[in-house]
Amino acid sequence: MESENDPDRREETSMTQHCGAESAFARVPRAPEVPVYAVMAACSRDPSPVKLNLGMGVYRTEDGKPLLLNVVKKAEELLFSDPSANKEYLPITGLAEFRELSAKLIFGTDSPAIKENRVTTVQCLSGTGSLRIGADFLAKYYYQSTVYLPEPTYGNHPNFFIVAGLCLRTYRYYDPVTRGLDFQGFLEDLASAPPGAIVLLHACAHNPTGVDPTVEQWEEIRQIIRSKGLLPFFDCAYQGFVSGSLEDDARAVRKFVADGGECLVVQSYSKNMGLYGERVGALSVVCKTADVATRIESQLKLLIRPMYSNPPIHGAAIAAAILKDRNLFSEWTLELETMTKRLTCMREQLFDALHERGTPGDWTHILKHVGLFTFSGLKEEQIAFMTREFHIYMSSDGRINMAGLSTNTVPHLANAIHAAVTLIP
Amino acid sequence: MADSVFHHVVRAPEDPILGVTVAYNKDPSPVKLNLGVGAYRTEEGKPLVLSVVRQAEQSLVNDASRVKEYLPIVGLAEFNKLSAKLILGADCPAIQENRVTTVQCLSGTGSLRVGGEFLARHYHERTIYIPKPTWGNHPKVFTLAGLSVKDYRYYDPATRGLDFQGLLEDLGSAPSGAVVLLHACAHNPTGVDPTVEQWEQIRQLIRSKKLLPFFDSAYQGFASGSLDADAQPVRMFVADGGECLLAQSYAKNMGLYGERVGALSIVCKTSDVAGRVESQLKLVIRPMYSNPPIHGASIVATILRDKDMYNEWTIELKAMADRIISMRHQLFEALKARGTPGDWSHIIKQIGMFTFTGLNSEQVAYMTREYHIYMTSDGRISMAGLSSRTVPHLADAIHAAVTRAS
Repeated sequence: MESENDPDRREETSMTQHCGAESAFARVPRAPEVPVYAVMAACSRDPSPVKLNLGMGVYRTEDGKPLLLNVVKKAEELLFSDPSANKEYLPITGLAEFRELSAKLIFGTDSPAIKENRVTTVQCLSGTGSLRIGADFLAKYYYQSTVYLPEPTYGNHPNFFIVAGLCLRTYRYYDPVTRGLDFQGFLEDLASAPPGAIVLLHACAHNPTGVDPTVEQWEEIRQIIRSKGLLPFFDCAYQGFVSGSLEDDARAVRKFVADGGECLVVQSYSKNMGLYGERVGALSVVCKTADVATRIESQLKLLIRPMYSNPPIHGAAIAAAILKDRNLFSEWTLELETMTKRLTCMREQLFDALHERGTPGDWTHILKHVGLFTFSGLKEEQIAFMTREFHIYMSSDGRINMAGLSTNTVPHLANAIHAAVTLIP
Repeated sequence: MADSVFHHVVRAPEDPILGVTVAYNKDPSPVKLNLGVGAYRTEEGKPLVLSVVRQAEQSLVNDASRVKEYLPIVGLAEFNKLSAKLILGADCPAIQENRVTTVQCLSGTGSLRVGGEFLARHYHERTIYIPKPTWGNHPKVFTLAGLSVKDYRYYDPATRGLDFQGLLEDLGSAPSGAVVLLHACAHNPTGVDPTVEQWEQIRQLIRSKKLLPFFDSAYQGFASGSLDADAQPVRMFVADGGECLLAQSYAKNMGLYGERVGALSIVCKTSDVAGRVESQLKLVIRPMYSNPPIHGASIVATILRDKDMYNEWTIELKAMADRIISMRHQLFEALKARGTPGDWSHIIKQIGMFTFTGLNSEQVAYMTREYHIYMTSDGRISMAGLSSRTVPHLADAIHAAVTRAS
């Protein structure tokens, strides 16, 4: 009988071996939690009845609840009762109807670029999925590997480009002194970018600052980008969420497309249709010619297929149902207006509350910032204080999700800000 | 006007598998048959939404409290737990010991890609061995994930069965620690699966060489009609206490194709390792698409958690598997009846959705041209695309292709 201590024998496998051998992943380090998720987790753990979650960028009603848009509910019911609906694979590029309607939504139904077939639009997984495919495409096919991101920007932006293998630079954007746009810095940094560099632009409702260029400023930005041959890459996650008007919020993108030049545009329906978890979005590439557009589309498929084959139906089907039906579309615009009005209202209430308390400082930026967020201007120390003493949860960069507020809770936040600012100047 | 900055971009060829459907759609012939993509069709040739899936969707639509909030990066927690139990078994010690991390991904493809990217970042061996042949998309998934791809012998065209000797030799000469892709059951495209005894030998070889198994499980329940039987090979590996990766898809067995529902599980030595691995999987997913889609995973969770719905599902699944087996027999008989030259018994021996007919690309092209039969050029046909009504047409086409003067 062979000795069980013989090392060769021990190597031989049996059904219960391997308990002692080291894991193939023994040295995998624990990754830190994504900052905004860590804030949410901390808020969840907090038992305080007055806690306020102003961290994550999702819309909440006056009751602090997530919102399923009526028009989305109707669309889902329609889809469910449609006898011809099935769950077959979508094409790699996604639901055809959705792609077409999405392009029209952002570029305008009369867009010459669309009419001339110079736009390829592919369905992707919300804004982030579209950014990743766009980044991978540029890394593979574009001669310039430098991407300029605004300083600051959405926390996840750098990651797409890093993973794709592109180099990151920043352009000045936010001016903490004015709490507005550092327009001079913006233009200077674009002017000194190498020709052909990719420039990421927030189409509207800049995340995290809420600071958008004016129409005139956009025009100067456009001119400099075009004269330097830079490649604009728009991230449009809030169309309709700034002014309540889908058309107005698309103006910056449309001005660029109207000059005949090329660009990439990412769209998300997470916020404006409340479709967050359904992951609905699109990547469009506006090209010089229809032939280039079709060739690009064929290459986008080569990036999508080995990533997840084809995109999920459900969310895109909902979006298409809403976009194509005149009544549902109208209803949608009304619900959008309601959401944006509520955000504006929260801004006004917060501003007034701080004014009432005589809180030191100029708080007009709260009224000037647009979209879901306000860059409060609060410092890390002040924020930590507010979390500790008032159970306010927000990003450590000072970003507040206005949708996390309600008429009832504004006073609490105002008290917290007041205390923080007076105790920790 | 300046040139496009993308003027140099070349037109990519159509995906070989999905391109078949594109070509099929363009064909106006009333007798056309799509045997390309592995998507189940009813006897009437129609796509099938499972009754139990409709029920699940109904309950979701009726649920007044439902919302569309972002899922966590790793997906729907309940779905993940139930998914792991489905493939590993409800009593699996690895699950009970918290040694398994399961993350919701976009069907099988998404699970393979996330797993591949994780390995490329964190595993010391960057080579993955894939069977020859394998699903057309496998090499691209792993290459883009950052791994280098080699193959191991699998299919023997002479026997139309497993080249077991070749498989053992090739895995035997792989460097220690290399990743090995294994089709859990119903090998795609060949339909040739190892026997239980052969699986045991494969397992021993893999463990002794410290190779890292990566299972692709896209057909659990579809191969034999039994979810547990089809999970045997995976469970054998997990039972020995070793580690592995596992990609699950609900595209076929729940008919959820376009909803993109799947899961990646990594079975680790310890729960601490599993926790760390999970934290790193999140860093792979976040810059890919942030978090996965809710709808399909909610449907699956609804079905898996409810005893009655689960049972109904197993019945519908068996009915699909049985229909496919029936098509195999009908095709075999039809070729026999026509006296088609050759041994066609592989049609009834092969397992799962596909038959690797043994037809060459010329014969395939002929069948497409003359008979409007659409299939992949490697001779793979999806049995799920056949019906009693269309088997004769396919048999005629095969007969003609095989007997025509070349």
